[in-house]
Amino acid sequence: MKRTLTALSVLMVLSLLLAACGGAATEAPVVEEPMATEEAPVVEEPAAFECTDAIGCVTVGPDEPIHVAYLLVISGSNETLGVDSRNGAEIALADHGPVLGHEVLFTGEDGGCSAEGGQPAGARLAADPTIVGVIGTSCSSEARAAIPLISAAGMVMISPSNTAPDLTLPGNENQWPGYFRTAHSDLIQGAAAADFAYNFLGVRAIATIHDGSLYAEKLVEVFRDAFVALGGTVTGEGAVQPDQTDMSAVLAEIATGAPELIYYPIFMPAGAFITRQALETAGLEETHLMGADGLFSPDVVEGTGDAVEGFYVSSPDLTAFGDAYMADFVPKYLEMFGTEPISIFHAHAYDAIGLLLTAIEGVAVVDADGTLHIGRQALRDFLYSVEEYPGLTGSLTCSEYGDCADPVIAVYQYHVGEYPPERIWP
Amino acid sequence: MLRNWRQRITLTDVVIWAIGLSILVVVVIGAIATLRSGKYALETWFDLSMSGLALGGVYALIALGYTLVYGILKMINFAHSEVFMSGPFTAVFLAEALKRSGFFDSNPVVSLLLVTLVSALVSCGIAVLLERIAYRPLRGAPRLVPLITAIGASFFLQYFFRGLYGSGIRAYPNIPILEGFWSVGGLRVFRTDVVIIISAFLMMLVLYGIVQKTKMGKAMRAVSEDKEVAALMGIDVDRVIVVTFALGGLSAGVAGVLYALAFPVVNFYMGFIPGIKAFTAAVLGGIGNVPGAFLGAMVLGVVESLGPNLFLDGLGIPSANQLKDLVAFVILVFILIFRPTGILGERLAQAKA
Amino acid sequence: MAHPDRSTWRQALNAGLVAGIVSLLLSLVGMVEAFEARDIIFELVPMGQLLLVLAPFVLAVSTARKAADRSPLARLAVGLLLGLVCGALLVAVRLIGEAVNLRSVFINASPTLYDILGFGMALVPGMLLRLAVSAVAGLVGASLALLSDRLRGAVMQAIIWLVLLGLLRDLMVIVVDRWGPIRPVFRWLFATRGLTIVGAVAVFVVIAALVYLRGGKKTTKIAIRPPKQQRVVNLITIGVIVVILLLLPPVLGTFFSQVLDSVGLYILMGLGLNIVVGFAGLLDLGYVAFYAIGAYTMGVFTSPELGFFNLTWFQALPVALIVSAFAGLILGLPVLKMRGDYLAIVTLGFGEIVRLLALSDWLRPWLGGSQGIQRIAQPTIGSLVLGNQMQLYYVFLAGCAIVAFVAWRLKDSRLGRAWMAIREDEDVAVAMGIPPVATKLMAFAVGATFSGLGGSILAAQLTSVYAHSMTFIVSINVLSLIIIGGMGSIPGVIVGALALIGLPELLREFAEFRYLVYGAALVGMMLMRPEGLWPEERRRLELHEEELLAESAEPAAAAEAAAN
Repeated sequence: MKRTLTALSVLMVLSLLLAACGGAATEAPVVEEPMATEEAPVVEEPAAFECTDAIGCVTVGPDEPIHVAYLLVISGSNETLGVDSRNGAEIALADHGPVLGHEVLFTGEDGGCSAEGGQPAGARLAADPTIVGVIGTSCSSEARAAIPLISAAGMVMISPSNTAPDLTLPGNENQWPGYFRTAHSDLIQGAAAADFAYNFLGVRAIATIHDGSLYAEKLVEVFRDAFVALGGTVTGEGAVQPDQTDMSAVLAEIATGAPELIYYPIFMPAGAFITRQALETAGLEETHLMGADGLFSPDVVEGTGDAVEGFYVSSPDLTAFGDAYMADFVPKYLEMFGTEPISIFHAHAYDAIGLLLTAIEGVAVVDADGTLHIGRQALRDFLYSVEEYPGLTGSLTCSEYGDCADPVIAVYQYHVGEYPPERIWP
Repeated sequence: MLRNWRQRITLTDVVIWAIGLSILVVVVIGAIATLRSGKYALETWFDLSMSGLALGGVYALIALGYTLVYGILKMINFAHSEVFMSGPFTAVFLAEALKRSGFFDSNPVVSLLLVTLVSALVSCGIAVLLERIAYRPLRGAPRLVPLITAIGASFFLQYFFRGLYGSGIRAYPNIPILEGFWSVGGLRVFRTDVVIIISAFLMMLVLYGIVQKTKMGKAMRAVSEDKEVAALMGIDVDRVIVVTFALGGLSAGVAGVLYALAFPVVNFYMGFIPGIKAFTAAVLGGIGNVPGAFLGAMVLGVVESLGPNLFLDGLGIPSANQLKDLVAFVILVFILIFRPTGILGERLAQAKA
Repeated sequence: MAHPDRSTWRQALNAGLVAGIVSLLLSLVGMVEAFEARDIIFELVPMGQLLLVLAPFVLAVSTARKAADRSPLARLAVGLLLGLVCGALLVAVRLIGEAVNLRSVFINASPTLYDILGFGMALVPGMLLRLAVSAVAGLVGASLALLSDRLRGAVMQAIIWLVLLGLLRDLMVIVVDRWGPIRPVFRWLFATRGLTIVGAVAVFVVIAALVYLRGGKKTTKIAIRPPKQQRVVNLITIGVIVVILLLLPPVLGTFFSQVLDSVGLYILMGLGLNIVVGFAGLLDLGYVAFYAIGAYTMGVFTSPELGFFNLTWFQALPVALIVSAFAGLILGLPVLKMRGDYLAIVTLGFGEIVRLLALSDWLRPWLGGSQGIQRIAQPTIGSLVLGNQMQLYYVFLAGCAIVAFVAWRLKDSRLGRAWMAIREDEDVAVAMGIPPVATKLMAFAVGATFSGLGGSILAAQLTSVYAHSMTFIVSINVLSLIIIGGMGSIPGVIVGALALIGLPELLREFAEFRYLVYGAALVGMMLMRPEGLWPEERRRLELHEEELLAESAEPAAAAEAAAN
């Protein structure tokens, strides 16, 4: 057995080494490339296209597809988020059709909703020079690790669901050139939630619970600051573990401050447990309960049972999307994937693809034989200058730091057995 | 005498005792501070204690699996947490089906019993399979080997069920007759808690009775005392071991449904933390000892529920409840360091009637 | 008691049921569907189908072998029966699936799976074909049992190589694209997915032949050379290996460098845990705590975000190592008197305690809480920042080299022997005069230091550290790879890391079932080969004492017989 293993490893390493002797030191090519295609014979001098782009150009041959990639979380407990976004992107690709006569090749990596997942995934994508742009990431923690790599490779990245504020904050170390997002920044969601609580519900004392995740903690911070700025008070702050089931202790603690609303922008199943057990905690029977877009999913209705009645949740406003959303998009989603949308950022992914393809069409130089030359810096410049792009999620205008969203945050209320929840504000 | 003492205690002992004592002191100070501040009403402490007892009841039934197996095989069945998970995670489908057909609403008690039966059988089956496939061939191997096998089996089962049923959550339907509470002199007694505590206690009695009074129980105690001699006495050791695992599995399956009554959302990962806590309970009470498991579990449940609010809050620790599991783990570490034999001592065979 | 006839058929029946259940479970867990996209032999043998016939095939081999006393025809019949039963089970479930919506419970019982089960055909012909294919698989397996040991070994190995090559086709693509001359060979061997039929047959024949020819001798002779020559050979071997290792990143590019970085990290940690578990026999399940402590120390001391200190990576490194070692001592102190299972659980508790503390709001001002620590420094030599995957590879390589060297020297040292003595039998070791306290503490400290080093380099790679990644699973990862590679064996750690960390990176479908396979591999290894893939000699002797004693009795008996 030992000998076999040694033989195998030596064989592999030798072959890899021998590979060094031939071929230029180019980066690893696309793994998906079918070996059946013949190399094009060397063509005689065409009117040579000089790439004057500051970063470089992607050249797409006449019969080659344009390579767009995704970096989303498609397995694990958060998979609905990434799969939903990918579905939205695929609908967009189907709707748009070929770009300048070229098909679009859509492949991607699983980011795992963590820095350790995001980094290797980002590295893999960054190593592929045929990729023009990336749709991703799903989670902000992935983004922080992947963006530097993808940005350094000159590519463009448009996220359908990153909401961490620092990714587009000027001067922040996590803000990189070439990164855009069609999703809102949590600065907006937190502020909207605070507005809802203070002005619509009329509460003056709140408590918060987060689950130790980056997203939740940040959102709680924004919500808290905004609420205090409006004039309210924070009576208690608690935290739970994401896999915690017994919330009685933390709710007992929160109850001592007698808040009128508890804000817990966390995920399932912890959110369901808090909702259920809050009703049984002395002092919290009448308290308003509110979550954020992490608790906007069919799971919530199923997992919370009867206790879900009256549960508020903030989320991008699906009704603010154009008519095309209900009329065209949702039926198409049903047709292509067999279910209604399973999360909330599918439309944002749709728009992300839309932006990218529009940008490609805008900057690509087409040769007589159909070869495309896409300048990377030109692509970025185009995206930064997008104004009033008619997207599914609204009219998109990209800021100089990458915020393209036209964010309208709404608040919804759940009723027993019904999904999606009912929109009640604004 | 003093010199004798000096020779037996080393520096490491002193250091460890010093650390342990200081933690204890800090805890007491925290508790006093919280009680003095009067932040929590008596009703709140009562509520927390009740839910702690209910949780303890669940832990007790799971701990039974650990304690019985350890008593007989002298090994920790790491995969028992997945045995626990498999029952309710499978039975939830039955519960959902019953709810859909309306049977659940019309006959809640029968439905619950059916669900519990299925859960117990599944857990039992997994436990027996585990023994047969993973542990039996390794009976004589050095200590490390079955332990690693158990760890591997634990992960395998976790992800196996994840593959089968998916990584999402499933929820048990609401049970109207169990909702709400009784008011007893101003204090609230939740129906669910009562049902759990009573069921757990009854189950423990049954199992204790089996171990103490029946022939099989006697055989179990004999095997746990000395396997070889028991075999010489004509006891079928293999069968005894299978029965032990089966009992542990049944008990875990019932625990699973009780757990689901209190926390109706299940997923493939639900076994890990309760498993560790149940093990802590088993050791706390004295591993190998059935009443000990019950006692240890109750103590752990209550301390865990009250802990963060009682000690940590008083010390001014922000978001103290985030450290709830920390309390359990610290207890675990403490017990294993300072009193590994537990409160009620160690031997299964020595339990008095 | 039972008639010999009936028991063989009963065995076949049972084995068939087991095979059927295994195939069924493989399908329901989702592996069959996930792997279907990958072909072993282009369009002929998709990986998913292979998984379905694997169980009946393997079980047929072993069952038919056990029926050695029966006629060849009977044995073939055994295999056939086995395959039929297996197929029947699958068909039965499929038919149930027609009537009942299995998917509401088993999420993988999807139309795609049914398609795969039925070979894409309509229900009845598909199921009949499935029965036939299963039966044939059983038949083929049984026929293998009829061959001589040597031939069978050759065929099995050839099949394994075939499957491996098919799986690694994508890896080959990357290699081949760089080396023109090999392209025609590659084209002939591989198709768009998997091997070509001709190529597959060729590979099979060649490897089977090779193994067969070499399989004649049971033991391999080691060439005895004069020491001076041996030393020269060793030096050259080492030199070649070093050159290859140094040249890998520019050759392989960023993608593979990333993979190698992960592998390197786990080799570092594996070597550390190897000392604790492998040398000293102390099962530490909280190993991730030291990795976390190393990473966090690096973060606290170099990140301007927290603002306490502002050291460079190299300056903070000794601090991180010392803190890790100290943590190892602190962990080791209380657990000195514990054995085996209790030790494992306590260390698990410690690992979780460290993670909870790092994640807590309480320690947030010092450790960053759930936001973690960012802007951690990267190693800088002069003005060159070692930041990207390829550069960090060298840092990992240096780390691994140092750690491997230290481990290797320690193994043969007095301390190393003391560890192994404690592992084998602590009471005897103490009676022989080995100080248990100091020895165990040293094991923990050294293991912790290695892990801390790994954590420090990882912190530099990600330039950030989050408590969310310091979970129990990481400890399990490291434990799995040293168990599977070989406890106590340094090359074993490397093999284990390549297998368990490298392969999932290369076989993406596998990632979903990663821990399933780890768990199964751990159990399987413990049942069949507890000393690991590349075992340490002493360990192998420990674990197979009785078998080896029996074996050594054989040659003596044979020699006696020959002499008479």
